[in-house]
Amino acid sequence: MLMGKIDHAESTDQNSMQANVLFEIRMPRLLLGLLVGAALGISGATIQGIFRNPLAEPGLIGISSGASLFAVLIIAFETFLLTSLSAWLGYYILAFGAFVGAGLTAFLVYRIARKNGRPNVTTMLLAGIAINAFAGALTGLMTYMSTEQQLRTITFWMLGSLGGATWDNLLAIGPFICISLFILPFFGKSLNAFALGELQADLLGMRTDRVKRWVVILSTLAVGASVAVSGIIGFVGLIVPHTVRLMGGPDHRFVLPGSLLLGALVLTLADVIARVSVAPIELPIGVITALLGTPIFLYILIKDK
Amino acid sequence: MLRVEKINYEVKGRKLLKDITFQVRKGEILAVLGANGAGKSTLMGVLCGEKKPNSGQIHFNGKLLSAYDAATLSKCRALLSQQQQMTLSFKVEEIVLMGRYPHYKNTPTAHDYKVVAETMELCGVTAFADRDFLSLSGGEQQRVHLARVLAQIWDSPDALLLLDEPISALDLHYQQKVLAIARALARKGFMVVLIVHDVNFAAMYADRILMLKHGRKLFHGTPVEVLAQKEIYTIFSVESNVIMNPRTLKPYVQLEEMEIDLELFR
Repeated sequence: MLMGKIDHAESTDQNSMQANVLFEIRMPRLLLGLLVGAALGISGATIQGIFRNPLAEPGLIGISSGASLFAVLIIAFETFLLTSLSAWLGYYILAFGAFVGAGLTAFLVYRIARKNGRPNVTTMLLAGIAINAFAGALTGLMTYMSTEQQLRTITFWMLGSLGGATWDNLLAIGPFICISLFILPFFGKSLNAFALGELQADLLGMRTDRVKRWVVILSTLAVGASVAVSGIIGFVGLIVPHTVRLMGGPDHRFVLPGSLLLGALVLTLADVIARVSVAPIELPIGVITALLGTPIFLYILIKDK
Repeated sequence: MLRVEKINYEVKGRKLLKDITFQVRKGEILAVLGANGAGKSTLMGVLCGEKKPNSGQIHFNGKLLSAYDAATLSKCRALLSQQQQMTLSFKVEEIVLMGRYPHYKNTPTAHDYKVVAETMELCGVTAFADRDFLSLSGGEQQRVHLARVLAQIWDSPDALLLLDEPISALDLHYQQKVLAIARALARKGFMVVLIVHDVNFAAMYADRILMLKHGRKLFHGTPVEVLAQKEIYTIFSVESNVIMNPRTLKPYVQLEEMEIDLELFR
């Protein structure tokens, strides 16, 4: 009877531990994958819409490079900044800094692109390229000057990972992403009109200035928040909208929600692969999205011919 | 009624439009003629709201153009540009349906589809309805854009149709067809401002002609009044001989061949 009791006690411990893992680690990670994937997907689609260019992606307006720069600065100066603060706060400073960096560079690019008070898309592209290059150079400089340990942290951050998912994180960035996910799909009709050229879109009453401003703000919000917690995950914002277009045509009223859903699906799958393929080691998710995304995309492209 | 008063437009110190004043009455086609750089496209840019004039006013149907809100204007003013670069492969019918965007919020109504069918029929693109827009020739694409532009202002009784060199890419049949459509629309009550390069098309289809040179209005009147040898030489620097077509009582401009001194090629 005693053995029975001990057995029983052990098995409930097992069950509750499993439940713990499921709830505290797997669930937030799953939700983060869905949210970040959706954010990257729909932001990519809307940025492509306003630039009228299928090669555009959120990084163009400086979000990723700004986030990287601030993250690297914080990692490099961590000991310098945080001698009196605990490690817990240290992590949040990184996320917060990345978010701020994303917002600042996007804001800078947007302001540079304003001619006569109106945002000019070509100037935005050029300003984005310039700011990206500059931020990249500074990031490179910091990387060069960092220690071994810092280098590891920087590299893992740059390659992206959903490993940092906790309920606290989700509650912190979730609202930002959800706002964008909810509002961006309503720009479908306006972005269709953009395909005719901005002049025609204006003549059709689509208020292109307003569209450009809100797309930049909402994309920055969504992607900045994503980058803050999961680092740089490339490729999704570029490839997902393409794939959706290949599947169902260029109508943004379909492409925007489609990119949202496909992005969520793709990133979640990529995360499963990242965790499972070389278990127990976790591969960085940014590597997975690029490694697997490319051949799949090429296959779709070739088949479509 | 479109009243343009003393419009001045300059960019980087260069005056592109100087004191332009003219009127377009309801049901009238005004052709704007001039050499390259005379200010025709700039004027079109001002009329369609793309360019803000430095001084002067435009009254559209009794109200200042600048006082209109974008939503109202989008239903009664449309522009067909020369060439439109498109990269996304929408279907032809979807493109024409975009012309109805100012008229519906989320889903097009039966009336919207009816208007689209009518304008597509008029422009001869009904057969392409389900085809990928990018698979059409340049001229066919232009006709699709015309159908879209017409669909945009179809319901408005006092609409302004702006045509910026709409027929440059079209074949002879459709060049005339587009101009004939413009004239029919004018008879229906639309105001049409049209930029063409061919003086004879202007003579045949326009009610009045506005001739620009170096940003200034030099001549304004009916084809008979302004298409004469002297005026044509002043505007275009070409020798011509203008005869009257006895059947239509409209001027016909015969152009003299240009000779270039062969010595220049030695």
